[in-house]
Amino acid sequence: MTQPTTGGGATSTNPGLSTNPGAVPTRRGTELILLAFAAGIVTLANVLVEANQTESVTADVLWYGLAYLGLFGVAHVAVRLLTPYADPLILPCVALLNGLGLVMIQRLDPSIQEHLRALGVDERFVPNDQGPKQVLWTAIALGLFVAVLVVIKDHRRLAKYGYTCGLAGLVLLALPGLLPASISEANGAKIWLRLGIFSIQPGEFAKILLMIFFASFLVAKRDLFMHAGKRVLGMDLPRARDMAPLFAAWGLSVGVLVLEKDLGTSLLFFGIVLVMLYIATERAVWLVIGLTFFMAGCVIAYNLFSHVQLRVDIWLDPFADFFGKGNQLALALFGMGTGGIFGTGLGAGRPELVAFANSDFILSSIAEEVGFVGFAAVLMVYLMLSMRGLRSALAVRDSFGKLLGGGLAFAIGFQVFVVAGGVTKLIPLTGLTAPFLALGGSSLVANYALVALLLRISDAARRPVTVPKPRPQQAPIAEASTILVERPR
Amino acid sequence: MNTPLRRVALSVMVMMVLLLANATYIQVIKADEYRKDPRNTRVVMEEYSRQRGKIIAAGQPLADAKETNDRLKYLRTYPQGPMYAHVTGFYSPQYGGRGLEWAENEVLNGSDDRLFVRRLSDLITGRDPRGGNVETTIDPKVQQAAYEAMTAKNFKGAVVALDPKTGAVLGMVSTPSYDPNRLSSHDPEVVQQAWKAYTAESGDKPILNRAVSESYPPGSTFKLVTAAAALQSGFDKNSQLTAAPSIQLPQSTKSLPNFANMRCGSGQTASLELALALSCNTAFAELAGKLGEDKLRAQAEKFGINGAEQEIPLSVVPSSLGDIPDQAALYQTGIGQRDVRMTPLQDAVVAATIANGGMRMQPHLVKSITSADLTELDTTKPKQVERAMNANAAATLRDMMIKSEQNTRGEGKIAGVQIASKTGTAEHGANPEQVNPHAWYVAFAPAEDPKVAVAVIVEDGGDRGLGATGGAVAAPIGRAVIRAALQGGG
Repeated sequence: MTQPTTGGGATSTNPGLSTNPGAVPTRRGTELILLAFAAGIVTLANVLVEANQTESVTADVLWYGLAYLGLFGVAHVAVRLLTPYADPLILPCVALLNGLGLVMIQRLDPSIQEHLRALGVDERFVPNDQGPKQVLWTAIALGLFVAVLVVIKDHRRLAKYGYTCGLAGLVLLALPGLLPASISEANGAKIWLRLGIFSIQPGEFAKILLMIFFASFLVAKRDLFMHAGKRVLGMDLPRARDMAPLFAAWGLSVGVLVLEKDLGTSLLFFGIVLVMLYIATERAVWLVIGLTFFMAGCVIAYNLFSHVQLRVDIWLDPFADFFGKGNQLALALFGMGTGGIFGTGLGAGRPELVAFANSDFILSSIAEEVGFVGFAAVLMVYLMLSMRGLRSALAVRDSFGKLLGGGLAFAIGFQVFVVAGGVTKLIPLTGLTAPFLALGGSSLVANYALVALLLRISDAARRPVTVPKPRPQQAPIAEASTILVERPR
Repeated sequence: MNTPLRRVALSVMVMMVLLLANATYIQVIKADEYRKDPRNTRVVMEEYSRQRGKIIAAGQPLADAKETNDRLKYLRTYPQGPMYAHVTGFYSPQYGGRGLEWAENEVLNGSDDRLFVRRLSDLITGRDPRGGNVETTIDPKVQQAAYEAMTAKNFKGAVVALDPKTGAVLGMVSTPSYDPNRLSSHDPEVVQQAWKAYTAESGDKPILNRAVSESYPPGSTFKLVTAAAALQSGFDKNSQLTAAPSIQLPQSTKSLPNFANMRCGSGQTASLELALALSCNTAFAELAGKLGEDKLRAQAEKFGINGAEQEIPLSVVPSSLGDIPDQAALYQTGIGQRDVRMTPLQDAVVAATIANGGMRMQPHLVKSITSADLTELDTTKPKQVERAMNANAAATLRDMMIKSEQNTRGEGKIAGVQIASKTGTAEHGANPEQVNPHAWYVAFAPAEDPKVAVAVIVEDGGDRGLGATGGAVAAPIGRAVIRAALQGGG
């Protein structure tokens, strides 16, 4: 999949030759068909939920399906008008994940309420209408998505605002950590900004802004990092002073970990910086150095912070403290085991037994109800999304685009790995949420902005270069033959 | 920058493969272990979220499923409570089940093969799968009469009433009883407290179904079996037996007396008929000795006293004669002492078999099984098990039992109804003279065309203590049950 296939690759490797814009298919029709396909799957999921929960299927699901198609129809039209050459698979993948997430969140609403009430949780803490709220967030997110496409006509212009983005990102990232806990802390992590009824996680937006900064910074200073320093163990180590940015990123990650108790963002952020550094410099030595830093960070974090130790203990044996700290993960594993290969059926499982079944643990909820088969399918959709992003990065012509696109696409794949790995006990739990699926407005809005940027980059990758029309060539007289030549107009 | 990008893509793919491998491990390899882990409440909840079938007696529900708002969607209720507790049993989230709830669990929860078609259609139409119903053979009038008679004086014991012609269980009571509603509650604390109270070591063990899960020495009611063996082996009702008030057990210094050390009638000898009517121990001990172990044992086995468990579908503990090592033991066995143990159900079967002209019918508690929409899926047909005695012998024994009833005191005789019966006062324990005896009464009526056969046991003398007899304590209960069966109570 990393090799450009003939269809798209021809245009990217040799775009200058194409003089007729019509020669490059925009593939928007494919996108529309795939969107309709996604709408079909989401509607089917809705039908199954309804059949399993209320024993009857009403015509309402048809309207939900049409509303969904309408919502993404708008996005499709925006893409058609603003980024006509964008990759046709990215939006349908996102739409499918978002739709499945909505079905799941909607389906879990009554179950979670019932479960919490049965546990004797105070009515004030029983959430309501999370499904409709998430639909509203989807609409807002799609609004921002269109806005990003409208405002950013050319991704290369973002490079000029690199430092602005960096500063803004830094502020957003650090803000919750520095604000009093009453505003910023919930469920043990200080990553929130609670403004009245709205709660947002500024870190989600900081992630994108910092990626823009890093991309522009690395493209501008790329040569610096290519300088070789000492040679140790067959590797050219960079000069110590060139490692400053990596140190900074590492420091920032540790800061996030300490001040905000957010293992996930810390890990994600460090991973992205490392990969972008590697893409920019093409030197694996950065990975080695980065991983060394990472290990050191892990050891320090484990030894200093009780919340890190707790996560590791749970990971090693969630059943050791079944009725206490390991309960959430243990119940999620039970759920996935009960689901087995084909799942309990949508709406027929008991995912609500797991705390945060619709946000942090939505992947295990899905795995329980649609089984290994469905879970694998969801992972494949994520993989496809990430791959299409990376392919666009590969195909785009400018370094900044490559770096930013690569970072954004990797961010999606890496985040899925961290989240899914966490809920399936592959790695310790970190508290990130599955992009597009999980409950949470900030994450959804930020990820739609991310996808808008990816679409913009993929559009640039496939868009034929509009060079001025070449003048008709005059054949040298000597080579003039007697064949009939079209008269130059 | 393309090479690193390709490598990054490869790394993302590797991460996904790791996730898939791990998911395979959890959802395929470890799935069964996780599913069956007792701490995994999903399976239990699944069972509860299905609407369990009803247990029904004559159209009225004994066990029902009431919809609730909590997460176990249906609450099991027992509208008749303790009166039917040993028929229905209970079904509890923590403690499993008893009675029909347990024995017919697969029908009630809908997993029985006979409900397969129904399940298939549920799957296709998307209806919530529902369990099938179990219709019992219980006659509510009989059940109520038996329960009220036993509880009126706080008796410990059991009553079993059978239809002698079909083997259908018309009533089955064990007292003291318990409230199954408390054990099926969705409040774990209520259930735990009830369970503690009901199973306390020092208590009366109300959950124990004395009718089928406990066996007792049958005492003089066993003389019916001995008499049957005699009638089948050439004896008749006029055959003369000893009338001595007491005889010495063979090869032993111990003597075996009649009740209150009385002579058996006024003659030098007593007829078999008189010996049964007066329940003379000496005559029957001698008779057993004359018949020999083999004949006695063969006759007992024909009545079903064969040391085997059976299912009605509640499981019934074995009734047996026990070991008979010598002639002395044979003498004691002949009067239903020594190691003879019978369940009240088995004693009712003996009476019912005599009532049915010697043909033993298979006792059964389930009349039919219906699907949730009351379509009949299976009906229990009366099943002949074995001919225990020929019709003539059975008629003779019946007539002897009528005489016995005439010699039995106690209240509750029914005008115009001929009852055939036998009482028993069974000694038990290590020190029989000091322990209150069990009072027995087995009977059937009307004698000329039996509609009901009944066995009653009142443990430990009921309210009469050491002076208790089957006639005084158990007979009134048996007669009340017969009256309810024949006349509908009153």
